[in-house]
Amino acid sequence: MDFGPYLMLATLEGAVTAAVLALTASGLALVFGVMRVVNVAHGEFFMLGAVLAWWVTSWFEGAAAFGFAFAILTVPLIVGALAALADVTVLKRLSYDPERTIVATIGILYILQQVTLMTYGPDARPVTPPFNTRLALPWVEMTETGLSLYWPWGLSITSYKLAVIAAATVILLALWIVMTRSKLGLMMRATEQDREMALAFGIPVERVYALVFGLGAGLAALAAVLIVPIQQAHYLMGGDPLLLSFIVVIIGGLGSLPGTVLAALLIGLSDGIISVFFSPTLAKILATLLVALVLVFRPQGLFGARRA
Amino acid sequence: MTKSKTIKPVSTQTTRRGALKTLALGGTAAATLPLWARYAGAQTAAPIKVGFQVHRTGIGAAYGRWYDRTTQAAAALINDQGGINGRPVEIVAEDDGTDPKRGAEVIEKFATQHNCDIGFGTLFSHVVIGSAPRAGELKLPYFVVSEGHHVASGMLNRYTLQPGITDVKSQVQAMAPFVASNLGKKVTMIFPDFAFGHDHRDFFTAAIEAQGGEVLEQIAIPPTETSFTKYFPKIPRDTEVIYHVMVGPAVLTFVKELGEFFGPQRPEIFGFIDSLEAVDIGSPGLEFLEGTYFWEGNPRYAQADQSPYDAFFREKVGVDSNGASVNDPKDVSTYAHMFGCWETLHIVKAGMEAAGYQTTADRAKLIEAVEAMTDLPHSNAHPQGAKVFNGKTHQVFGHQYISKVTDGKLLLVHTTSIEDTYYPDEVDYTTQPL
Repeated sequence: MDFGPYLMLATLEGAVTAAVLALTASGLALVFGVMRVVNVAHGEFFMLGAVLAWWVTSWFEGAAAFGFAFAILTVPLIVGALAALADVTVLKRLSYDPERTIVATIGILYILQQVTLMTYGPDARPVTPPFNTRLALPWVEMTETGLSLYWPWGLSITSYKLAVIAAATVILLALWIVMTRSKLGLMMRATEQDREMALAFGIPVERVYALVFGLGAGLAALAAVLIVPIQQAHYLMGGDPLLLSFIVVIIGGLGSLPGTVLAALLIGLSDGIISVFFSPTLAKILATLLVALVLVFRPQGLFGARRA
Repeated sequence: MTKSKTIKPVSTQTTRRGALKTLALGGTAAATLPLWARYAGAQTAAPIKVGFQVHRTGIGAAYGRWYDRTTQAAAALINDQGGINGRPVEIVAEDDGTDPKRGAEVIEKFATQHNCDIGFGTLFSHVVIGSAPRAGELKLPYFVVSEGHHVASGMLNRYTLQPGITDVKSQVQAMAPFVASNLGKKVTMIFPDFAFGHDHRDFFTAAIEAQGGEVLEQIAIPPTETSFTKYFPKIPRDTEVIYHVMVGPAVLTFVKELGEFFGPQRPEIFGFIDSLEAVDIGSPGLEFLEGTYFWEGNPRYAQADQSPYDAFFREKVGVDSNGASVNDPKDVSTYAHMFGCWETLHIVKAGMEAAGYQTTADRAKLIEAVEAMTDLPHSNAHPQGAKVFNGKTHQVFGHQYISKVTDGKLLLVHTTSIEDTYYPDEVDYTTQPL
């Protein structure tokens, strides 16, 4: 493939990765920012979102679009409720102690993964996309008669992939507005800045915690529902998003939403482009190297504020 | 970075309840001690234990499910016919998580804990390669159903045999003339990046060059990969034929994205059915496969000239004429591979009968008896077709099938001869000590 179309295809593929990654990682960043909890089970909430999306859409045989719409509305709520329950029953009892919550979320990770294996089984199952048209993309080339359009082999995207990018953008904007313009966002930010003081001002901190943990997991589940028609639902699919989310959150700055989105774009696009031109393994190596460099030279992340 | 995690069976963990159960069992056993004397004179009535190393979890799970069903059906059939040397066959199944390290541990459990007579049934080549050395050390006859060339290459040992399924080297060698003369000579290969895929890469590249063709590009993809479009731009423009073989949980995504990449202007496509094992060929997004070709180890769809042996096999395993479970038409089988379990168990039966196998002390005799086998006729015991076993290389040779996707079904268009699949011996295991 020529360089131009090659780069464009890589960028488009990278943009899909980045969109989904930004959603997943912003959930992780939110939970860490507000609660100071490193949620190792985040990838499993992502996986649960995909598996539940398969389950819900399988009720609506023949009406794929309706089933998918139903899944995208209900599945994040179910996963969010489950996460809030885990917060109230497990994390709260540990007083949100940083070390113990890591161990507890590792436990939640294995419980979710194994329960899925025992019930849903070890198979990868597909979800039919609500719409999926292949859109061939043109490219320009110099011919004897001047510039002309042509249709290179393989340079295409599907309408569904474009929709994933658009949906992720809208959801992230909505999240940004909630965080900065709503009373709920104000309470979250107050809790983030000073838990004691927020409590003194009558903010129900425990409920905010449960809500934030649920919201974080719900964002991961939402990302999974969006990606599952492109990939497939599988009980081990949570590992990669977890690792990439941590990479993104560390680079972007722990707890910073704009930093997270920017880092997701950086990692997603570079993953797409490096994977296409060199190898996917090299993309992972470089991302991990970037994390190491950030940790050494700018430990608070690109956008993170230095904390006392 | 690895995505798959080893899943250890929960049942191996000691729990208080489990410990109590064991104690209770021990108590019961102690109470019946005087009755044991009854079995002393009838030691041979105890079952023959076949340690079945099964990919229940991990990337091989879809194959594991069907290998299990086929093995249970074959064992039930053998038991209905009076067992082996008058003894019933008992399948002792253990999950290996499609993981080489766990595979070696499972072999150890078979030999020392379950006291199995043989080990059996492994598919994924990296698990076979990880497990076989331990089987050799423990002198446990290890009957693999793997397709990899590692048995016949001499990499393994005298205790490892592959009598029920042909190997990749012979398969691709028989495919190359068809590809070169019917589809094209400039080939781009896409294969999984582990031992099995490397067999495809090495042997097909050599085989197509022998036909005057060439491989333009070799694209290796990790078997745990979940998104594939990013690999496809490496396909050179002047490719005439795409040769694809993929395994793992995401094979449907792989084939779908291959179709989306090419759109209406695809080159010729020749795939190994591995890329679509356990996947319904009528799945949305696979319409572009119409008119493409597949290697099949055993035709998934019952053909017009179906043999009575194939019909018998389908009925016993519970597979319909479309290659799906009779209970669930969406549960598509791994039909091109699973016959290997059925045929291997029948080889074990024939070998044990020829050797007069009685106890685990006769394991060496079993190996020698199987090594002495040659012609295996098309029959209920060998429903895939007639085969010839090579006792020196421990590898069986048989017919290969090429099907074309026609009206959404796989229609058999070419059957190779057994001779097409022969290559010179690379090892003589019979010279190794038993």
